[in-house]
Amino acid sequence: MAKVLMKGNEAIAESAIRHGCLHYFGYPITPQTEIAEYMAKRMPKVGGLCLQAESEVAAINMVLGAASAGARTMTSSSSPGISLKCEGISYLIGSDLPCLIVNIQRGSPGLGSIQPSQQDYYQATKALGHGDSQVPVLAPSSVQELADFAGVAFDIGDKYRTPVMLLADGALGQMMEPVELAPEGQTVLPDKPWATNGHENKRKRNIINSLYIQPDVLEKVVLERYKRYGQIEENEIRFENYMTEDADIILVSYGITSRICKTAVGMAREKGIKAGLFRPITLWPYPKKQLMALADQAKKFLVVELNMGQMVDDVKVSIESKKPVHFFGRTGGMMPSPADVLRAIESEGGVR
Amino acid sequence: MTKSFILAGFGGQGILFAGRQLAACGMAKGYNVSWLPSYGPEMRGGTCNCSVIISDEEIGSPIVTNPNYAVVFNLPSFDKFEPLVQSRGTMFVDSTLVNKISWRDDISGYYIPATKLAEDNGLVGGANVVMLGKVVAATRLFTRDEFLKSMAASIPASKAELMENNTKAFDIGMGYK
Repeated sequence: MAKVLMKGNEAIAESAIRHGCLHYFGYPITPQTEIAEYMAKRMPKVGGLCLQAESEVAAINMVLGAASAGARTMTSSSSPGISLKCEGISYLIGSDLPCLIVNIQRGSPGLGSIQPSQQDYYQATKALGHGDSQVPVLAPSSVQELADFAGVAFDIGDKYRTPVMLLADGALGQMMEPVELAPEGQTVLPDKPWATNGHENKRKRNIINSLYIQPDVLEKVVLERYKRYGQIEENEIRFENYMTEDADIILVSYGITSRICKTAVGMAREKGIKAGLFRPITLWPYPKKQLMALADQAKKFLVVELNMGQMVDDVKVSIESKKPVHFFGRTGGMMPSPADVLRAIESEGGVR
Repeated sequence: MTKSFILAGFGGQGILFAGRQLAACGMAKGYNVSWLPSYGPEMRGGTCNCSVIISDEEIGSPIVTNPNYAVVFNLPSFDKFEPLVQSRGTMFVDSTLVNKISWRDDISGYYIPATKLAEDNGLVGGANVVMLGKVVAATRLFTRDEFLKSMAASIPASKAELMENNTKAFDIGMGYK
């Protein structure tokens, strides 16, 4: 399959369709509107549905409806819009419904800016919905990974019956890169015997619900769900090591920022500084063991993000604070250059 | 080899299209490429730019701060990017719209009246492709045939007739001394 030049947002949309998603519900917001635009163009041609809802709240609840009926379904938005969806996401979690939620992050809080950001790390990894809950979060760093991970997210969602988030940013959504897409029409969707798609008097009726008035019943439901979270932690962790084998200082960075860090690591190596990069790809579950494996060898860690240091705690917990953890970041929608990151490496991880 | 471009001008001049052609041709030649448009507050003011990187290595940051090549189609873009071009870099300036030259002695400049050349030849709106002709001639990143082939592939079949004018505009730029 030949590579095509595509915007990140378009690559997500096309890949989702090729992975069998025929139901998209969205509401426009910069910098992810191309996903909805692309879906509006493509879905009618493949017999699918693209619906622009009256709000983000409506869109996520339409996803809940489609997922209940067993459809492979998704929505997308950017930071402020994701906050609006959070109630619905908790209901999806509480109803054990698989779906894909894409967040192309922008500067925040509030309406913020429209420039690239990673300020929704806490929200995505700690509390995307209220209650005892987690959502698997994939953090791609290229247009190719945006496309690939859309498929991975659907598979994880179906396998463990959970919503899955693709967490990217405005730069990845807007940029074009060569991408090789999955072949068309080859996805085999799994059976969903739990779906409320009409029993035709041939089976017991299915109920999709997140309300359990009896606390002991709810506790059982939550415990069962956490068993699946355990399996996700067991099976689905993804990460990348880049020049960490002999590294004294290990940068920890994900998404668009990890690319800037890779360039900075190369610049540091040229200056004789033994730098490396650890890139978590799943932000939940976090690759704790894999990061811990580097804690004895490294002298220090430097977290680099487009926020005020939201991943620092996860790194400290992972390495059980064995080594100092420094931080460098920009916020508000600003991007550091590789030279900025190099300066942070040289000053041993100062906060700007 | 890593070459970075910034293309900048007003919205409607085909800046993003021109950048995309460079990226697409780079991809066709087997390079890693990235193309990143401005979509932020500066766009709301009517100016428009994009960053293009063509490299035989993995591309780190897709954001270009100091380009090897700046291709500018208006005065604000000239003023903004002229100081940022890398030493030994090159500027391509549409001199119909930018009545200024660079006084930096560490970069080279090509001043092409692209808008006028396009208009004189019945190719209104083709200044971007005229400039691409000069960019390809001067950078030698691609041959004429490589570039035109890649451009033809990126134009939908329903608009195939545009390629004739694009070829004309490209050749005017390529041959401009």
